Amino acid sequence: MEKISNLILPVIVVVIVVFGAVKKINVFDCFIEGAKKGLVTFTNILPVLTALIVAVGMMRGSGGLDLITKIFSPIAKLLGIPIQVLPLCIISPISGSGSIAVFEDILRNYGPDSIAGRVASVIAGSSETTLYTTTVYYGSVGITRTRHTIPSALIADLVNFVISSLIVKITFA
Amino acid sequence: MISYVWLSLIVFSFIAAIINGTFYELSASIISSGTDAVQLCIKLLGMLCLWSGLMNIAEKSGLTNLISKLFSPLFSLLFPRLKNNKHIMGPVSMNITANLLGLGNAATPLGIEAMKRMKEVSPLDRTASNEMIRFVVLNTAAIHIFPTTVAVLRQSYGSANPFDIVIPAWISSMVTLSCGLLMTRLLERERWKR
Repeated sequence: MEKISNLILPVIVVVIVVFGAVKKINVFDCFIEGAKKGLVTFTNILPVLTALIVAVGMMRGSGGLDLITKIFSPIAKLLGIPIQVLPLCIISPISGSGSIAVFEDILRNYGPDSIAGRVASVIAGSSETTLYTTTVYYGSVGITRTRHTIPSALIADLVNFVISSLIVKITFA
Repeated sequence: MISYVWLSLIVFSFIAAIINGTFYELSASIISSGTDAVQLCIKLLGMLCLWSGLMNIAEKSGLTNLISKLFSPLFSLLFPRLKNNKHIMGPVSMNITANLLGLGNAATPLGIEAMKRMKEVSPLDRTASNEMIRFVVLNTAAIHIFPTTVAVLRQSYGSANPFDIVIPAWISSMVTLSCGLLMTRLLERERWKR
């Protein structure tokens, strides 16, 4: 499995570049043009991340994060989710940048190869911001009665947290 | 929404500092957080540019289109009522493909276009149709072929193998996605045929 994992990125890079060349595209210029867009994204997310990292840092510094974690820890234990990952579970349906901030905090404090670090990685790699997506998509077409959208999506998120914890325990334990 | 979350995090931190007597730690974390944010963004910047560059090639060369065509029979299964409607299924499969490739910025406008076209055929005015719900849920549980941000951050914190979570993440998102779709099916009782 590890060998396959190591193959994914190189294969993606080669396939994209070679396919581009076969289609007679100036791959280098095209890459540069796209990479500039990365810079735009960077300037867009820096202020947002600053705001959220300050808030998460304050929560950790003041001990507020520990307080929240303690409150929710019985539920987490019941579902098999490592308690260190709880802050990520709470913020991930609400804010994408918030998730990055909390995810980084978990990696810094527990290490990327700890159980908590790995569960957080799997969750961060397999979820989208439920509430943001819902708001943008329905907002754009003026729909206010979303019926069972949010319950379905949030239940899926909860399943994601449980499954991610379970998979990490099976794969890496 | 995020505005309230941010406000409550800050206010709650202050209250927690009163309870725990941790004003020194709170001050220290406020000062260091600004630097942390910049460092985090710098860490992500390289991969952000690399990925945007690669995806620009994929888009211009028609690779994204090709993948979207390859997958479209699968997407038709999810939207049986719309499968013969190319006008709608076009943006739908492009949107799902863009999500798959981690092209968040490209996926959103395509998704909005798909929603608009679904609304045109929906008899309900301000109420979501079953197809719309399924589509939105699909978007909230997107599978990423390569979770770049996660890999970069894992590497920067010294992971022995930053990529070893990729396959577990695929499995997890596929299970999540199936559950989401199953939930929409189960909660669909209220028919919108009228």
